Amino acid sequence: MTIEGAAAERRSTAPVIAPVRPRKLAKVPFVELSEGRLQGVVSSGSDVERVYVSSITAGEHGLSCNTNNNRPCGGLSGGSRACGHLRALADAAVAQYGLDRVARYLKATLPDDSDDLWSGLHTTTAPNRAAEVFSGFLRHLAYLEVPPTTEPLPDLQWFPAAGAVH
Amino acid sequence: MLADALRTPPAGLDEAFALIDGLDDTLVHGLARIDEERAAALESLAAAFTGSPLAGRVTDSIGKIIAGTVADEHLAVLAGARVALAGAVHDALLAGLDAALGRSRAEWSTPAAPPETGPLLAGVRSWLRELAIAGWRGVDHEVAGGGAQAVQALLAEPSGRRLAVLLDGFAAELRSSAPVATLDRIPVRRWADLWARALLLAQDGFPATGADPVDGRFLLLGVDLHEHPTVFRAQAHGLLETPGGAVRLVRASVAAAKVDTISGPSAWRMLARFPVFRAALAGRRAVEITGMPLTAAGDLLWDEACAVIGEPVDPFAVARVRLGAAVASPTHPLDRHPAVIAEPVLLEGYTTGPESFDLGGVTVTVDSGRLPEAGPITPALVAASTACLGLLRWDAGRWTVQPLAVQAVVRKKTVVAHTGDWALGPTEAKAAKAEAAAGTAVEVLTERAGRLLRR
Repeated sequence: MTIEGAAAERRSTAPVIAPVRPRKLAKVPFVELSEGRLQGVVSSGSDVERVYVSSITAGEHGLSCNTNNNRPCGGLSGGSRACGHLRALADAAVAQYGLDRVARYLKATLPDDSDDLWSGLHTTTAPNRAAEVFSGFLRHLAYLEVPPTTEPLPDLQWFPAAGAVH
Repeated sequence: MLADALRTPPAGLDEAFALIDGLDDTLVHGLARIDEERAAALESLAAAFTGSPLAGRVTDSIGKIIAGTVADEHLAVLAGARVALAGAVHDALLAGLDAALGRSRAEWSTPAAPPETGPLLAGVRSWLRELAIAGWRGVDHEVAGGGAQAVQALLAEPSGRRLAVLLDGFAAELRSSAPVATLDRIPVRRWADLWARALLLAQDGFPATGADPVDGRFLLLGVDLHEHPTVFRAQAHGLLETPGGAVRLVRASVAAAKVDTISGPSAWRMLARFPVFRAALAGRRAVEITGMPLTAAGDLLWDEACAVIGEPVDPFAVARVRLGAAVASPTHPLDRHPAVIAEPVLLEGYTTGPESFDLGGVTVTVDSGRLPEAGPITPALVAASTACLGLLRWDAGRWTVQPLAVQAVVRKKTVVAHTGDWALGPTEAKAAKAEAAAGTAVEVLTERAGRLLRR
């Protein structure tokens, strides 16, 4: 949420979503701040057919990590110490959204001089959400297969392309 | 003359927005919680329609809503009343601008094409009703995500695309803002705009716009880019010279679905299926059009099979020679809203100020928020500019100009930059390198889709 100032309340084209920052996608193809969780998908280092589905809940900082076939991650093994997938997920989220936005979403209070998200997380275990998150990822990928359109789409006047950060 | 139109608001503008704001404020707290002040605001809205064809229905629906009955039909009337008011403001603003520019505009006369209906719309209306009842302050993760299924279903239907694209952008904002109750500021007008437009589009029988095939030469003026997490769209504004000698101001646009991690210059890659369109933008070339459908609202329904790339033509020269006499198109009656005004103009002989142009008699703010990362125009280039092809827009009580092309003097050399220059990839080395790196996102995601989808 980037809306600032009283004038923006009465502005049709007030910007609401800050554009995401470019990042490498090979290791972590999908990250989102959604449904009260930082969640996403991490490619397996050893098997191209497999991905890990990882999430951290906002507030409770509950961790979850499973494969797309719903097997528990050996690194996390149901505990509250982050595995490599969760660390990669958090790094990708910080690269994509910036540390402030991720910390605010997770309700993490970082020590004053810290730029490490984990220093503000008091981790616990959380229920397995792999099925939901993975289907979210598949929906995300499915956008790449929606055909283009040449309809006039007048409503897009409300959505100017992401501003230059020249 | 232009200065007067840009400086002087049309009569009744503040009063119209006072009514719109009153309605918008009730949507902040939700229709389930209408206190006396907000009930009075809704009653003033109803009173404003006295004597109009909508009077009976608006009074009746608002009465029911205040009494606590929030049915789809009442909400449709509420949204319709808001669209009518915004439409009146649109007409007044555009009439003033047309008069100042000496621009003639065709009248809307096309009979509506047969409406499209679908069972999918009921799901959309139900989510929009839930939002209106909860109010923006009542939007939590669950309410924000409540429209997802309806959007996915609409996306699979070509006839549902327009509504799907609108709802997907709106829902993404709600999701990223949830729980909204914790926010300091809410984009009150914006969300009411999007809600009201979506609600009208979700009515069975929303009239489609007819289109007739045209021949001629399309001369580019400039390109406007639109984007939200799951769409990227390039909309070209230009002139259509028809064989009879008439010149019309038209638009042509191509849009692709995408995801949020594909953004900036690499988003152009998503438009790979439109090589003629992209080449015309990147090379500033004319396009010979044969039998391409043109809507009554002035939108060419782009079809690569009807388009042949032509000679390079300088958009500034096109604007200087032909724009003045071109005939503009009317807005579809249900699309009229100040935010859809995007009138191409050529500005010259101005003095640049901080993010503004002094046109002599009026200072127009440059909308720097509409200088996209996917194009080469920077605020610095705009500040050094001597001529600008842009879109005049109106929002939040004032006119602004969105540059689509500038001529500037940088280190004693004349530089020309157009938003569409990067349609085939950035032409500047640093941006090209960044695009090459970011562009791999498309490949990575396509590879992942190939392995994981359809299993």
